[in-house]
Amino acid sequence: MRLKLVPEGTKVDFFKLTKITFGASVFAMILSVFLFFFNGLNLGIDFLGGTTIRTDSQQSVDVSAYRAALDTLELGDVTVTEIFDITKPELNAAQIRFEAQSGEEAATVEVVSAVKLALMSIDETITFPQVESVGPEVSGELVKSAITAILTAIAAVLFYIWLRFEWQFSVGAIAALVHDIVVTIGIFSLLQIKFDLAIIAALLTIVGYSLNDTVVVFDRVRENLRKYKKMQLKDLLNMSINETLSRTVMTSLTTLIALISLFVLGGDVIHGFVFAMIWGVIIGTYSSVFVASSVLLRLGVKRDWDKLNDGKAGTQFSGIDA
Amino acid sequence: MLQFSLTKKVLIWGVVALGFFFAMPNGFYSRVEAVNDARVQIENGNITPELMRTASNWPSFLPSSLVNLGLDLRGGAHLLARVRVDQVYEARMDDFWPEVRDALRSERATIGTIRRVDGVVDDLRVRISEPAQIARAVELVSALARPVTSLSGAGSNDIVVTSENDIIIVKLSEAEKILTDNRTMEQSLEIIRRRVDEAGTREPTIQRQGTDRVLIQVPGIGSSEELKGIIGKTAKLTFHKVISRTSKATQRVQSRQVLYPAQGENDVYYILEKTPVINGDHLTDAQPAFDQNNRPAVSFRLNTTGARIFGQYTAENIGSPFAIVLDEEVVSAPTIQSHISGGSGIITGQFGVEETTLLSIQLRAGALPAELEYLQESTVGPDLGQDSIDAGTLACLIAFIAVLVFMSLSYGLFGMFANIALIINVALIFAILSVISGTLTLPGIAGIVLTVGMAVDANVLVFERIREELKKAKNPRRAIELGYERAFSAIIDANITTLIAAVILLVFGSGPVKGFAITLGVGIITSVFTAIWVTRLLISIWIDRKRPKILEI
Repeated sequence: MRLKLVPEGTKVDFFKLTKITFGASVFAMILSVFLFFFNGLNLGIDFLGGTTIRTDSQQSVDVSAYRAALDTLELGDVTVTEIFDITKPELNAAQIRFEAQSGEEAATVEVVSAVKLALMSIDETITFPQVESVGPEVSGELVKSAITAILTAIAAVLFYIWLRFEWQFSVGAIAALVHDIVVTIGIFSLLQIKFDLAIIAALLTIVGYSLNDTVVVFDRVRENLRKYKKMQLKDLLNMSINETLSRTVMTSLTTLIALISLFVLGGDVIHGFVFAMIWGVIIGTYSSVFVASSVLLRLGVKRDWDKLNDGKAGTQFSGIDA
Repeated sequence: MLQFSLTKKVLIWGVVALGFFFAMPNGFYSRVEAVNDARVQIENGNITPELMRTASNWPSFLPSSLVNLGLDLRGGAHLLARVRVDQVYEARMDDFWPEVRDALRSERATIGTIRRVDGVVDDLRVRISEPAQIARAVELVSALARPVTSLSGAGSNDIVVTSENDIIIVKLSEAEKILTDNRTMEQSLEIIRRRVDEAGTREPTIQRQGTDRVLIQVPGIGSSEELKGIIGKTAKLTFHKVISRTSKATQRVQSRQVLYPAQGENDVYYILEKTPVINGDHLTDAQPAFDQNNRPAVSFRLNTTGARIFGQYTAENIGSPFAIVLDEEVVSAPTIQSHISGGSGIITGQFGVEETTLLSIQLRAGALPAELEYLQESTVGPDLGQDSIDAGTLACLIAFIAVLVFMSLSYGLFGMFANIALIINVALIFAILSVISGTLTLPGIAGIVLTVGMAVDANVLVFERIREELKKAKNPRRAIELGYERAFSAIIDANITTLIAAVILLVFGSGPVKGFAITLGVGIITSVFTAIWVTRLLISIWIDRKRPKILEI
């Protein structure tokens, strides 16, 4: 009568294919770094400076006509993208973007008005529901604070987990975290989705979510380590993951349900943001099992949690811990 | 674990009740907003029967704080501007010049004749004819220095005097610059606020950011260009003596003279005396008007001192032109026909009616002490904002319902308990956001949706744990107790890590991202409260009533 997504008492061996999964993760990370350097990110004006103007019209969007109208203004690098929203087929919206004009200022009134006039001359029904402009000085600061934010978050969490667990757990969690962030940046580079400040927020949420998941598994590992002192670490990890599997799937699913609803119904303005979070939930769930636990398995853990042993840290897995 | 003392029960239900109580106004958003606006109007002494009627639409004993809607939801304009604080240094040096002149003149016998020469923007340079006596001259000027009265600048003077061959260089000291910057920022904020307020916009946010920046957010305004128009330029009005007229932009001018272009005329420039006869500080009023040819103009009135100086100047210079300069552009350069004694006049230039209205507001509000440079700006149209609210609300509702259904399918009655907790959770989020006057942005809505998804996590952890404990053949009560006990550390660890991310986002983020961090952070705290206390209390009540032999979860 109950909906059970995970049958009771699963005994999946999560490390059976560890070579493949770990290899895949490493490969995905290398690929992401490669993409980042050779394909680059579709950085938004938050980071590059420049202006974006959203247009809305009664008539359908003619990208090439828009572009032709703007070319005469000599704004430098101009992109025109049509905006699609599945829930609103009648939407005739587009995004115009051009680079920061000379000087420190965001955008001069003249430039923005010139762009508006040029577009109004080809389409009388056009309106401009959103205009954003960032000067180069501010964009530089935004990049700096975004990077600081992510690094601080990672450091703070590393410290917290180290306090609550052992350093091996900390390393495992961070490995999973870095994996998630790198692979997410990779997918943004691959799909060329606009990467702006909101995506940084999404990345930090992924950090939070991924850790949330990892910590739940680790918490169970810690508990089982105390309970089964003689069990092989591999079996113990497997048992812990299996025990928490039902919860992992449940939480991931409820979160995904909520996010997918937001992705479909929430409007095109936050598509990129929600996409990053959906991707993050999936990758975060994957990494807590296949990255964090694998790293933990490789590093080994100290097994004298109760301090009942006489000091000689006990098993074959404890060699690394000094 | 399942026993609750009466105090605890009262406390938990009290928090829940308060949550609903304070979240409630948001359910009647537009009505409460209208009431709040009316109340502010009435407080400002604007009492009309209509306003009184509107104000009574919401009982005064009910809370009326609402969640603020961010610009991306409400529509409006946002500007981040830098105040060119360094421009004030120059004005300060100009003000200082007479004092320096008098001090040096008093010892003309030793240091010879003096002459002010143009320097770098923020310094004052004086050349003396007896270079050998430069040390004495520096000493004289240094004597004019005043100690700086601030904590950080204690012990230093307001000016630094140095010399270079036969030239004395006077500069503001670093401590004095900081003081000046602060004063400039305060003045700028005040004047921007007056200009924006006078234009009749509602609830503008005008804040200082960092050392020299101003954040200006005005909901409901059409575009950031419009906002820039209202804030306008510095609106520095000065009257200068005209030396000559020229058509060359590159014309060389003598020391202490300036070349300003004529407004609206190509290739017409005026060479003016740099020191103005009078400036806008003497202005008491400015109004849009029309001149005798019915062209839009701005009429102005000077204060008594201004009127006296202006009267004297016009009396002495009948027949020669003088220039009315607005922000380094010559608006007009009429010839003085007669002695103007009343201290009022009219500025005719190449203006439209709208411009004269804005200009008179700007002149009345006073000149900005320095220019503004816009570093970041954005506009969101009200329709797009409303679309985002609609889309966000729908997404929230669907997400909410889907999670509710999913939870009750998975955990049956316990799922329902979790669902009640979830509803309470959302109410608490809105209550807290209303009370702290938090701002809800589009990413903020995403934060709430995410919280809805993740809030059940704590309950899921507990329920799964209870299932496990049940398998070990514990009786229901014991299993529940153990479930809570053993899931506790995972709940705390998992939520603290997410909370760390939210706090860091709050500290480093800006604008909409901050909105997201707030809802996420508040959501985490409320979800832990509802999962640990509310669901547990519900289960404890249920188990005391039913005393089930077997637990189905």
